Amino acid sequence: MSNAVAHADAHGHAVHHPKLQHHFDTMQQQKEASTLGMWLFLLTEVLFFGGLFLAYMLYRMWYFDAFAEASRDLDIQLGGFNTVVLILSSLTMALGVRAAQTNERKNTVFWLILTIFLGCVFLGVKYVEYSHKFEVGHVPGPNFHSDSVWAAQQQIFFSLYFTMTGLHALHMIIGVVLMSVITWMAYKGKFDSSYYTPVEMAGLYWHFVDLVWIYLFPLLYLVERHN
Amino acid sequence: MLDTLKLPERHYLNNGHGFKSWLLTKDHKRIAIMYLISISVMFLLGGLFAAGVRVELLTPQGDLFLADTYNKFFTMHGVVMVFFFLIPSTPAVLGNFLIPPMIGAKDLAFPRINLLSLYIFWLGAAFFFYALFAGGVDTGWTFYTPFSSFSSNTNVIPTALGAFISGFSSILTGLNFLVTIHRMRAPGLTWFRLPLFVWAHYATSLIQVLGTPVVAITIIMVAVERMFGFGIFDPTRGGDPVLFQHLFWFYSHPAVYIMILPAMGVISEVISTFSRKTIFGYSFVAFSSLAIAVFGFIVWAHHLFVAGISTYSAMVFSFLSFSVAIPSAVKVFNWTATLYKGAISFETPMLYVYGFFGLFLIGGLTGLFLATLGVDIHVHDTYFVVAHFHYIMVGGAIMGYLGGLHFWWPKMTGRMYSEFLSRISAILVFVGFNLTFFPQFILGYMGMPRRYHAYPDEFQVLNVMSSAGAGVLGIGYLLPVIYFLWSLKKGEVAGPNPWGASGMEWQMPSPPPTENFTEQPIVHGEPYEYTPHVAREANLV
Repeated sequence: MSNAVAHADAHGHAVHHPKLQHHFDTMQQQKEASTLGMWLFLLTEVLFFGGLFLAYMLYRMWYFDAFAEASRDLDIQLGGFNTVVLILSSLTMALGVRAAQTNERKNTVFWLILTIFLGCVFLGVKYVEYSHKFEVGHVPGPNFHSDSVWAAQQQIFFSLYFTMTGLHALHMIIGVVLMSVITWMAYKGKFDSSYYTPVEMAGLYWHFVDLVWIYLFPLLYLVERHN
Repeated sequence: MLDTLKLPERHYLNNGHGFKSWLLTKDHKRIAIMYLISISVMFLLGGLFAAGVRVELLTPQGDLFLADTYNKFFTMHGVVMVFFFLIPSTPAVLGNFLIPPMIGAKDLAFPRINLLSLYIFWLGAAFFFYALFAGGVDTGWTFYTPFSSFSSNTNVIPTALGAFISGFSSILTGLNFLVTIHRMRAPGLTWFRLPLFVWAHYATSLIQVLGTPVVAITIIMVAVERMFGFGIFDPTRGGDPVLFQHLFWFYSHPAVYIMILPAMGVISEVISTFSRKTIFGYSFVAFSSLAIAVFGFIVWAHHLFVAGISTYSAMVFSFLSFSVAIPSAVKVFNWTATLYKGAISFETPMLYVYGFFGLFLIGGLTGLFLATLGVDIHVHDTYFVVAHFHYIMVGGAIMGYLGGLHFWWPKMTGRMYSEFLSRISAILVFVGFNLTFFPQFILGYMGMPRRYHAYPDEFQVLNVMSSAGAGVLGIGYLLPVIYFLWSLKKGEVAGPNPWGASGMEWQMPSPPPTENFTEQPIVHGEPYEYTPHVAREANLV
């Protein structure tokens, strides 16, 4: 008991922002720490995907013909549509952050819900694409089917396709869950112009996941399309 | 004077009692203590596997274990020691406890993420224990494909996922340290006033943040290959197993520096305290940590010299590997110069530092043998390699860790351990270690390959020496457990600064209060200030 009292005393100095955690001195310091932490986290994500991009690069150089052929089996229209959807979702996300910054609670919730919706559209389209691959036997493994002379190497392409887009889709799912929490908090009025760090950090994550797709789309769907 | 010392009434250990107050704590000091207990358990487990290996190798015939069982023993020894002991050891225990007070902060930047990293570590360990009780794993800690992805019929997936998950604990610790060091320093604490322990952890954290995700994705690729029959590394489909080795060592070589750099940070603190001198060449020691972190990322292919990489890239990697010796030597020379004309004393932490010097020197120099292309072809995959990396990872990293634990134990618990027993243990560890691993250099040079449970008769004498040394080493490691536990109740009260050290962490009471400092400390001077006056004062106490 006496500990608790002493503890409160040690921190009872001056009135500070209710969101300021006890180990920070100012809101600015707290925000700078969160921002740096988020950017470092995104850096780890770059290296996480980086291993897959390296494997892709190596095999694309070795088996270019197999990759070009397998790439033409992907649905460019669905992939292109999804690219547009994600770019749009980045716009709505940015507008959401802006709305939080300027104390517009209703607009914040609106833009965040729209972002979640676009994320779900992307995942739905991805589901359609994946189902198609299962139907035609383009899933690598014992049931893989291809009439190409490059059948074996095409499996490497599809292995990378599923691992890369699968990992990306997993990040999208995490993003949708994260956005739902943020939206709920925004709806409850937790954010205003003096404190909107969580919206901004979630936004950074969302933009990063979009950006990964911006690289995945041309690498996987557009290998030598002009032939 | 000493009799009047009392423990502070209120400190982090008695601020809340019961399991809940520990499991839900956000206090970096309590999290460090929980890490200490967790990794000590893992160290004991890894030690038991090592004991199994050394007992089997007492005789030339494979008469204790079947070959398959032996494979599992050395694999699980490696997995436990690397992923669940060495990687978290110094950063998660000593770094966690000491970085905030060393920079004058109340806590790390993200206390909840710090606790999360501990839970993630436990989750990873749970996967490992599942693999252990389900029958173990036999791929070697390196999980080389295609053996790990297609051939082995042991529990590769749960073990690899255990390593994968615990990797995120390491990433989060590193991320937390980086942000803390950037954003939480006390007023006046400029970059070049930071203790070298903090610099070493900064460099370590960079490797954790940049390297660990790469091994994580590599494990994912092995897992999808094994679980779903994908073909990323499968040579029958045109995949390249050597790509796995590149990706794996891109993390796992720098991982050695995750182990050794924090230990080097400990050495800088201890050697300055017990020589009563400022560290020689502060900025060189600080930058050599960063240089080791950077060079560490561009030498990985020296693990692949016989794996079929091109001669030219092998030559480049050989040259780059040599270059790591430069910052390492810079450190050792500067430490030696710190001793010069110092008022040196021989308390236990200092004995560990001397042990570190001897072992790290041998470990580092034999690394140059291995980086030499021609020699590597002769000694690749022999006991020479085993001896080399144990000199670095056990002789270097664990000596540093134990030295640090002995140095800061009074700060963490408020009490002193038995100086007599701890000196005995430091000597036992040094003697036992050399007896265990020096014969392995000779064995390896004579051509004994690693990872076999049987060997020709002429290798027996050296193997018996090695196993005997392992026994001595085991006693040396068990002794601290006894006198540390004893000290918790019976140890003499240490007071805030039993060693007369200059670091900011010694200005807190021992054990420190939850918020570390009651008033925000302000830094006015350089670190490691031991003026003749201070030195005289300290030696009188």
